[in-house]
Amino acid sequence: MEDRVVLTMRGITMTFPGVLALDGVDFTLRKGEIHALMGENGAGKSTLIKCLTGVYQCDSGEIHVDGMEEPVQNHSTLEAQRNGISTVYQEVNLCPNLSVMENLFVGREPVTKAGTIDRRVMLKRAQQLMEDLGLSIDVQQTLENYSLALQQMIAIARAVDMECKILILDEPTSSLDDSEVAKLFSLMRKLRDQGVGIVFVTHFLEQVYEVCDRITVLRNGLLVGEYPLSELPRVNLIAAMMGKDIDDLKEIKPESCQNNCAEPLISAEGLSHVNKIKPFDLQIRQGEVIGLTGLLGSGRSELARTIYGADKAQTGTLKVKDKKVHINHPIDAMRLGMGMLPDDRKAEGVIADLTVRENIVLGIQALRGIMNLLPMKEQCEIADRFIELLQIKTPSRETLVKQLSGGNQQKVIIARWLATNPDFLILDEPTRGIDIGTKTEIQKLIIRLADEGKGILFISSEIDEMLRTCNRLAVLRDGEKVGELQGDMTQERVMHAIAGGENV
Amino acid sequence: MNRKAIVQRSRRGMNNSNILLMITIGLFIVMYTAGSIVYADKGFDHLQTFLNILINNAGLICVACGMTCVLLTGGIDISVGALIGMVCMFMAVGIEFWGLSSPVLMILILLIGITFGLVQGLCVGYLNIQPFIVTMAGMFFARGMTAVISTQQVTIKSDEFFVMLANLKFFIPFEIGAYVNSKGRLMVPFFRLPVIIALCVLVAVFLILRYTRFGRSLYAVGGNQQSAALMGLDVKKTRMKAYMLSSFLCAIGGICYVLNTMAGTASQAAGLEMDAISSAVIGGTLLTGGVGNVIGSFFGVLINGTISSLVKTHGKLISSWSNVVTAILLCVFIVLQAVFTKLKENRKR
Repeated sequence: MEDRVVLTMRGITMTFPGVLALDGVDFTLRKGEIHALMGENGAGKSTLIKCLTGVYQCDSGEIHVDGMEEPVQNHSTLEAQRNGISTVYQEVNLCPNLSVMENLFVGREPVTKAGTIDRRVMLKRAQQLMEDLGLSIDVQQTLENYSLALQQMIAIARAVDMECKILILDEPTSSLDDSEVAKLFSLMRKLRDQGVGIVFVTHFLEQVYEVCDRITVLRNGLLVGEYPLSELPRVNLIAAMMGKDIDDLKEIKPESCQNNCAEPLISAEGLSHVNKIKPFDLQIRQGEVIGLTGLLGSGRSELARTIYGADKAQTGTLKVKDKKVHINHPIDAMRLGMGMLPDDRKAEGVIADLTVRENIVLGIQALRGIMNLLPMKEQCEIADRFIELLQIKTPSRETLVKQLSGGNQQKVIIARWLATNPDFLILDEPTRGIDIGTKTEIQKLIIRLADEGKGILFISSEIDEMLRTCNRLAVLRDGEKVGELQGDMTQERVMHAIAGGENV
Repeated sequence: MNRKAIVQRSRRGMNNSNILLMITIGLFIVMYTAGSIVYADKGFDHLQTFLNILINNAGLICVACGMTCVLLTGGIDISVGALIGMVCMFMAVGIEFWGLSSPVLMILILLIGITFGLVQGLCVGYLNIQPFIVTMAGMFFARGMTAVISTQQVTIKSDEFFVMLANLKFFIPFEIGAYVNSKGRLMVPFFRLPVIIALCVLVAVFLILRYTRFGRSLYAVGGNQQSAALMGLDVKKTRMKAYMLSSFLCAIGGICYVLNTMAGTASQAAGLEMDAISSAVIGGTLLTGGVGNVIGSFFGVLINGTISSLVKTHGKLISSWSNVVTAILLCVFIVLQAVFTKLKENRKR
């Protein structure tokens, strides 16, 4: 491998209103290497890529591309392409209604002397290109006839043919299955050997270790470091991404309130949802708090959504209190006594333009059906009870939810579910983005609910929090449940488990 | 997917838009043949009947070609009927009241068409306003302007050159399709100038769509606007040009129209935009954009023409029956398109 640098980014800083998205980040790409850009959501990966491809203009910092004297400042994707930087996104950005060949050449078709498109030359060049990349694709077929993976490779082929020196693959594998991923990887290696510098953005750890040469880790808009792949074992990568130093982790004692004898409330066998979560088994007993842990995007929310029926399970069986059930829609799950607090409370949970009272009674009302309206008096009673119980800080029960703080909005949703008196509650990131005090309150509430005999599935990115509240932890990696931790849980053990290989 | 499967798929060869086109052409042939057999005694089987359909719908063919281009980008242009009305009135008043010569007026009309399209295209392409609203404003403007120019029915008779053009008959050589009528005179089938104009437009637009960057850009923009932009196409300009082309072809269609009617009235060509859209849809153009071509739209126009011609030949039906039949056909085609889309999705899974 030549050690020639094709791209240097120095001191890239980018601010959005109120947020410092990137703070003096450096990034170096060498010729003929596959370079992984890692970091959790919000670490600044996409922002960095977007600065590079001209979607955003960075506030300060310099970008140098090999072979160009002046620092490059791209103002559009088009300009970036002219400077040899091409990007292939997760969603394929091609036109499904055109033929493969046209997708390869649209906007830069070979023309005849008369100025019309020379279809023969175009066909020949397209076939040649496909042959070079080892793809057996009929270039005259309409693009939409091909699978997403092949479409992605066609997008790559287009980029390659435009003589790009720098190819950015932004989460290209998230909608591909294993064999498709393998094909993509062999294409990536081929391009690497031809001297293309590839930036590979993904959050699948396995894939990084399979195909990459070098890793750059970002966290909270800061550069953590650049490492050759061989010098960064998985655990250290996880630690770098999460910002915990593996060597001085504090031991935190888990509360050991095991009650294995209790009845299983929910037991899932082989549930799965294509491309999102591989078949998994999970048992949740009464009075138990189960934590789902893993990196963002490892399938934590997806697992929960599959149980709840928000994503309909395609295989496997689900038993509730030893009775086999079929859940097609969330309303079925609600009737079975489940509740779910989604992670994106703005989009899926709280209805900002309704009042606190209306938001709280929404769940009960949905269960009763639209024709069976809850009397106003009862609505007020329920609302008041939960405002009191959860100490929701609101001027009155008729205040619009959007006027409350994030933590209080979260409590309103929790109240909505508690009002339906569920046996089993899924809490997806209930403490994200709220202050420490409220966080502790919510953690206490979770433990209290469990003591009352409810089963709780708890998802959080903060390991401390999980260790404090959960009896058991299920570990997820790349859309697969890879194990469970119980008993003597320490932060180190959890991180090893997330990284894979050991202690599971 | 292995190589064999790919080859097989390509041998099967025909994608859904082609199937829809085939259905349209097939439907036209069936409809026309059936009409020829049933109404043979009323002369429906004469070549002249077919040529009359072409003559009567020459303007619509031009408009439908332009409409197809706009629909391909995922847009819509409902100003065309009103624009034709305005063009006809401009022509008639220009000749009769302003004393302008017809060639000058024709050039002016084409310029009006381009300008009209430019304004609409700028609004849609660069200001990103809903095409429906923009062209609806265009429709009101053109319809209103027609009445402002004149509220009378103005018949063109004083410009000799124009009258000569309108009366031009091109006879089919070698007396193909000729017949002897009841009075014993030999009737040689003929067509008129608008047919030649319309067919030229058809061929030109077909070539533009297939063999120029602009044409392919229309498909790309209609397929996925965001992708098209990321692939380096100038989406704004492409969309603007589509509306310019539509209005320009509409102006040409207006000339065809006025050559047929020899008059301008305030309500001329009312509802023509809907005929153009329905022709395009029957011809296999998707309203969501990206799929379709002018050959389909051409046959769509022919089907519409055949229906009204059949209703007329029957003699006892009121002409609104043709609307009913067109509506049913439209429904069938839209359902077919939906079914094909659904099938395609299922096959992908």
